[in-house]
Formats: sequence, C-alpha cells, structure tokens
Amino acid sequence: MSATLIASPAVDTTERVRIDGLHKSFGSHHVLKGIDLDVMPGQKVSLIGPSGSGKTTLLRCVNFLETPSAGHILIDGEAIGERHQGQRWQPMAGRELAAMRVNIGMVFQRFNLFPHLSVLDNLLLGPRKVQKRGGKDLIDEGRALLTKVGMDEKRNAFPDQLSGGQQQRVAIARALAMKPRLMLFDEATSALDPELVGEVLGVMRKLAEEGMTMIIVTHEMRFAESVSDKVVFMADGKIVEEGPPRQIFHDAKVERTRGFLRAVLEH
Amino acid sequence: MALLTVWAHSLHYLPYFIRVLCVSAITTVLLTASAFCLAFVLGFLLALMRLSRQAGFKLAANVYLEIFRNVPLLTQLFVLYFGLERIGVSLPAFVAATLGFGLNGAAMLSEVFRSSINGVDPGQREAAMAMGMTWPTALATVVLPQSMRLALPALANFAIGLLKDTSLASAVAVPELVFRAKMLVSETYQTNLIYFIVAVIYLVLSLLVSRFAAATDRGLGKSRAALS
Repeated sequence: MSATLIASPAVDTTERVRIDGLHKSFGSHHVLKGIDLDVMPGQKVSLIGPSGSGKTTLLRCVNFLETPSAGHILIDGEAIGERHQGQRWQPMAGRELAAMRVNIGMVFQRFNLFPHLSVLDNLLLGPRKVQKRGGKDLIDEGRALLTKVGMDEKRNAFPDQLSGGQQQRVAIARALAMKPRLMLFDEATSALDPELVGEVLGVMRKLAEEGMTMIIVTHEMRFAESVSDKVVFMADGKIVEEGPPRQIFHDAKVERTRGFLRAVLEH
Repeated sequence: MALLTVWAHSLHYLPYFIRVLCVSAITTVLLTASAFCLAFVLGFLLALMRLSRQAGFKLAANVYLEIFRNVPLLTQLFVLYFGLERIGVSLPAFVAATLGFGLNGAAMLSEVFRSSINGVDPGQREAAMAMGMTWPTALATVVLPQSMRLALPALANFAIGLLKDTSLASAVAVPELVFRAKMLVSETYQTNLIYFIVAVIYLVLSLLVSRFAAATDRGLGKSRAALS
C-alpha cells in the first residue's frame, strides 16, 4: 500500500491527453509527421490551420477512430488502442478500446445523430447500451442535459425535423450523456448555416466555463481566441507554433502562422 | 370467343381444380416461407463474414457465394435430391427443396445485406463507436435498424422471385402448385383452365407479399428516413 502511494503521481499532474511522436499515413500520403502535444485536465486546446494540415486526423487519433502509424497517445496516463506487453505494443481488444472511449466524447462536423431514434433516445442510447443504465433517473438526467443545450422541448422530435444548429446541440448533449472527461470537437460548426453557428458556439463556451477538458478543431478564430488556454497552429502535418491565444493571434513568432491568420482574419 | 366456349364446357371441373390447387398452394407458401427464413439467417451470417476483417471468413463466404450464385437452381435441387440419394443420404423432397432454395437464396441475400450495411453512412458507425460501443453493439443498435430499411425493397423482390421459383420444386416431386397442376392436366386435359388458375394464385400470392413489404416499409418509416 505504502509503496503504491509513493509510486503513483498526484492525479492533477497527469496529462489528460499526452500525444507522443504521432505519425499517420494513409497509403503513401503522410498526413501527420511527428506530433507531440499535452493537454492538462481542464485545459481547452484549439487546433487551427489550413485545410489538409492534419487537424482532424490528429483529433481522430485521440479516440483511435484512426489508428496511428507510429507514436502513442495516453489518456490519463493510459495508452489508448494498444497495450504494452513485454517489449512490444499489441493492439487492444475491441472491448477495452470501447471502455476507454466512454471517457472521450466526440462531436462531428456532420452531427451523425441516429436518424431512426428520437432526440431523447439519441441521448440515452449510449448510457443504456454501453453503461447498462436505465430507469427514471436516466431519463431525468437526459432531459437535464437537453435543457442545458436548450433542446428539451424537442426531445420527441426526430433528427431530420431539426435545423443543423439544433442537431449539433443535441449531438453535444449526446456526447455529454456518457459523462466524458474529455470532449473532442471536429469542426463542429463548419457544416452550419452562418446564422446557426452562434447557438452551437454558445453551448461550447458554456461547457468550457464549467471546466471541461476540450480539444477543438475549428475555423472560428475569434471563438478559439476567447475560449482557449492554448492554441496550436498546424500546417503540413506538423505543429508550426503553439502558445496562449494572445501570443498566437497577436504576436506569432513564425511567419507561416502570421500569414495564415492574415488570410483568415482579413476577409 | 372460342376460348370461352371451351372453358364453358369445362366449368364443372372448376370447383375440383380450385380445391386441389389451393391446397397445393399451401405447400408453395410453406416452401417459400421456410426457404426464405433459411436464406435470411444464412445470408445475414454470410454478409457478416464478408464484412469481417478475417481473411479466412471472407474467403469462405466468397467461395460459397460464387458457387451458389453461378450454378443453376435446378441443378442444385437435383444434386440435393438425387445426388445425395446416390451416396445414401435421402432427404424428403420438401426438405431437399427448402435446402436448395435456402442455400441458393442465402448467396443472393448476403449481397443484399452486405450492400445495405455498407449503404449506411459510415459516420453512424463512428458516432456509435466513439461513444464506447463495441462493433457488435453498434451494428445491432445503430447500423442494422437503418440498413434493414435500405434492404427492404430487395428483400421483397427476392421473396416474390422465390415464390415463383418454387415451381422448380415440381422437378423433385414436391406436391406444390405446378406439380399438382401437371397431375390435373394429365388427369383431365384441361390445360388452359388449370394453368389460368395457377397464374391467378401466383399473382394473388405475389401481390400479398408486396403489400406486406409496403406495410413494413411504412412501419419503419415512422422511425424516419436516413439522413444524407
């Protein structure tokens, strides 16, 4: 007992996400070329950069929707998708990987709500099928989450009866229903009509203020600046520059970063 | 006009024909239903094997598919009924026919199931897996409910085709519609009237199948069409 107490580090000092020498290739196309990145508990990290820079691929590696070609990702100190056995890394069993993914919520560009289920059933499917929960408590909990994203009135509607902004808010609530410790946002507002972007960013901002750990791939620069603790600028599969939002947006060291920001902010 | 006169002459046979043919239609329906169930279950398993990442499963399913898809149905029935009898396995005609249509249909339906599962937006599977579902759970709760809707028109087509194909079973002496019709013809020589009744019975049964499919589609429709 005392030995483990000495050996185990205090929880707060463990990175929520530690990305270590990550490479990813699709065939001969080398998309990620050695990414190292740490995200501490409660931190909000925005990934920005031109299309094709590898932001989305990086995000999808964090919950192992993409299998890295090299490198490792640790979630709260535990490698995701693989197990260290003896001297070698072995792929994790599907069941183990699924258990780790419960702690990682993901919000997709195209919402990916389940079209055959009502809004409330979309929310409760995960808790019911994965966590084997049920009963009135769960329904109350689901409705509380829907209230939080302003969608409780639509709980019996089906996804195709909702606007894009409403669907995305439901998708955020659905991810939160699993009580994740980390939320991944993959261009959550890119598929929305401009007038619907605000309502989704509002929900994300609220979540950030509550202390959720978030990794956000986004083209909304003002949102990234106001909500992030750290902004990471990526280009050509590498991290070009990272730092506090003030530094990246107003005092970037690298010309590539300044050029990108000039191009996106000036139109 | 001439046809009507001929039929008027043979009208006193009508109740007898209808009675015999309707009874044999029950055999046709039972054969269709049992073969459909076998084809459905086996076809689904084959589709899962073909979608599996295990090369062995994939290969086995593909070999099965190519054999059963490319050998004529009648030949398969002869092999199951007469061929197996030669080597000492004598199956009752109805069982041999169920197996024949079922094994052959499984090859057809595996293709239907595979393409309908692939037809569901990959984002659906990803969303389910990202929230911590294993692939079997994601398949059962998210992918299949949507793919079955996509598969329904092809399933209805298959069922109607199967219903009519069961007439081939007359070649291995299953007492279904066409087999009985042939017997009635050799008994009474009323070819036209008999085959007219047979045609009407097939038509009515086929229409029932398509009505059933349409009703199922409407039922599933309440749970909403797939998003683009």
